[in-house]
Amino acid sequence: MADVAAQPVGAFGQPSRRPTRWRRLWRESRRWPVIPAAIVVMLVVAAVFAPLLSPHDPRKGELRDRHEPPVWLAEGTSNHILGTDSLGRDMLSRVIFGSQISLLVAAIVLSGGAIGGTLLGLVSGWFGGQVDEVAMRFVDFTYAVPFILVALVVVIVLGQSLEVIIILLIIFSWGGFARQVRGETLKLKTLAYVDLARIAGASTGRILLRHLLPGVFNTVLVLVSLQVGSLILTVSVLSFLGVGIPPPTPEWGGMVAEGRSYVDTAWWVSVFPGIAILFTVLAFNFLGDWMRDYFDPRLRQVSLFSQ
Amino acid sequence: MARFIIRRLIYTFAMIAAMSVFIFGLSRAAGDPRFLFLNEYTTQDEWEQWGRRMGLDRPLIVQYGVWASKAIRGDFGVGLRDHKDAMEVVWARVGATLQLSLVAIVLAVGIAVPLGILSSVKRGTGLDYMGRIFALLGQSMPGFWLGIMLIVIFSVYFGWLPTSGRGGLSHFVLPAITLGWGSAAGLLRLIRSSMLEVLDSEYIKFARSKGVNQGKVIWKHAFKNALIAPLTYSGLIIAGFITGSVITETVFAWPGLGRLAVDAVNNNDFPVMIASVALFTIMYVGAAFAVDVLYAIVDPRIRYD
Repeated sequence: MADVAAQPVGAFGQPSRRPTRWRRLWRESRRWPVIPAAIVVMLVVAAVFAPLLSPHDPRKGELRDRHEPPVWLAEGTSNHILGTDSLGRDMLSRVIFGSQISLLVAAIVLSGGAIGGTLLGLVSGWFGGQVDEVAMRFVDFTYAVPFILVALVVVIVLGQSLEVIIILLIIFSWGGFARQVRGETLKLKTLAYVDLARIAGASTGRILLRHLLPGVFNTVLVLVSLQVGSLILTVSVLSFLGVGIPPPTPEWGGMVAEGRSYVDTAWWVSVFPGIAILFTVLAFNFLGDWMRDYFDPRLRQVSLFSQ
Repeated sequence: MARFIIRRLIYTFAMIAAMSVFIFGLSRAAGDPRFLFLNEYTTQDEWEQWGRRMGLDRPLIVQYGVWASKAIRGDFGVGLRDHKDAMEVVWARVGATLQLSLVAIVLAVGIAVPLGILSSVKRGTGLDYMGRIFALLGQSMPGFWLGIMLIVIFSVYFGWLPTSGRGGLSHFVLPAITLGWGSAAGLLRLIRSSMLEVLDSEYIKFARSKGVNQGKVIWKHAFKNALIAPLTYSGLIIAGFITGSVITETVFAWPGLGRLAVDAVNNNDFPVMIASVALFTIMYVGAAFAVDVLYAIVDPRIRYD
């Protein structure tokens, strides 16, 4: 029998029934984010093995087969399980391939953002003074401007360019990391062990990277996990508006946009990529919240890119 | 207080200036602005003549000064598409955007505040779960997709509501839900988490032990203090709202500023684009300034420095 303390009270206050095996399993699964983790694993598998998993080429379509409905509708065929789009391309294959670009962009932006932002926060918290002032005003600016406006300006000035958008996403994601890390650094640098390290002859670089960085690592990790979802959402928004990832590449937001003109006759073209975004972002948001509660409960949800 | 407001004002103008430098810098980094107007048949003579006319022979800082002083007076040039004054084109769209935003804000606050409070007071109940699911969905659902789904269900399938455009009351329903849900979600989560924090504090326990009734504890003691967290993140909430209105206007063909900006990008209409971004920026920093002042009024503990 489980101990009394772990015995939960049912959702509406009634005491729960005798725990069966399934109930125990269910309760255990609620302690760990099993379903979101499974979705993320599925996504990674889909992205890595996309060419093996998808039944058709996501970029090539048969115009004869355009707007074929999904298999469960009257005219659907098992050849195209989720139907086809306006160019006759297989929706299932495109949704599977869409995971690649989303995860890739998220990985690049968040690693660049976390590394740059953490360094900025460490340096600005450690040195203080002018350096801190300049860094924090820069962060203020990136916080003060809605990213969508920046993206629109960039695209009209430089043309649609994934590289530039990614670089700007990285720069604009520094702020969240820099502010938090700076705060932690200010706290950590007053502690005795930092003074002792200096007395022992450690260089500034060594103190920052060997003595302070490990102290802020958890916070950075949680911040990364909190931002994955909203970042994927941002990328899909940009693509939907035609300023993100250019068309031939299968990207979920762009796919929803392509299906927009046909929602009255071929709703599936917009619906399925949107469901893919929804579940991906839900899974990452769940995982992010769980990570925060587990590692750093004081942190509130702070996201620059939230819709 | 007055000093605080002045400081915030200076800061607000600094942000606008920074944005203008960003826009100007980018537009010059992109290449010679003459390419917007001239084509391959232009002679060397004409090229230089245009250069002098546009002031391109002067130092960059002077060019910025000329551009900025024109921008302050609302002169962003003439739209490349319909050859009207860019600011006029943009100005004509502001009303539609503000109208939709207002409806959506009322909707978002009207849902997020009561649901956030109930969710925290009745923590762990079915109501709390409902509130959390509502918030989680709102934060995870792409706004553009939600809009399209609403159109598919309520306009195409049931035929109850118009698919797009601006008109009577029925035109507001779907865009306001699309725009409001995302903002309500973020707000609800902030209110719920800060209410939970406040409800757990000593002074609430003290008020309760004194025998203050539940309603008074929640509204007078807890909620006022719990408001601080949402106000701290107001900048992000407003930024999210601007993104949301660009998306919503695009999906529902709402004749507002956001849709104009997206159209201008697709048409390569540089002056209109810049004018609409400028107006958006001003609206955004203006709203953020107003909230900051409100913040200082709500929370007297804020140090005015």
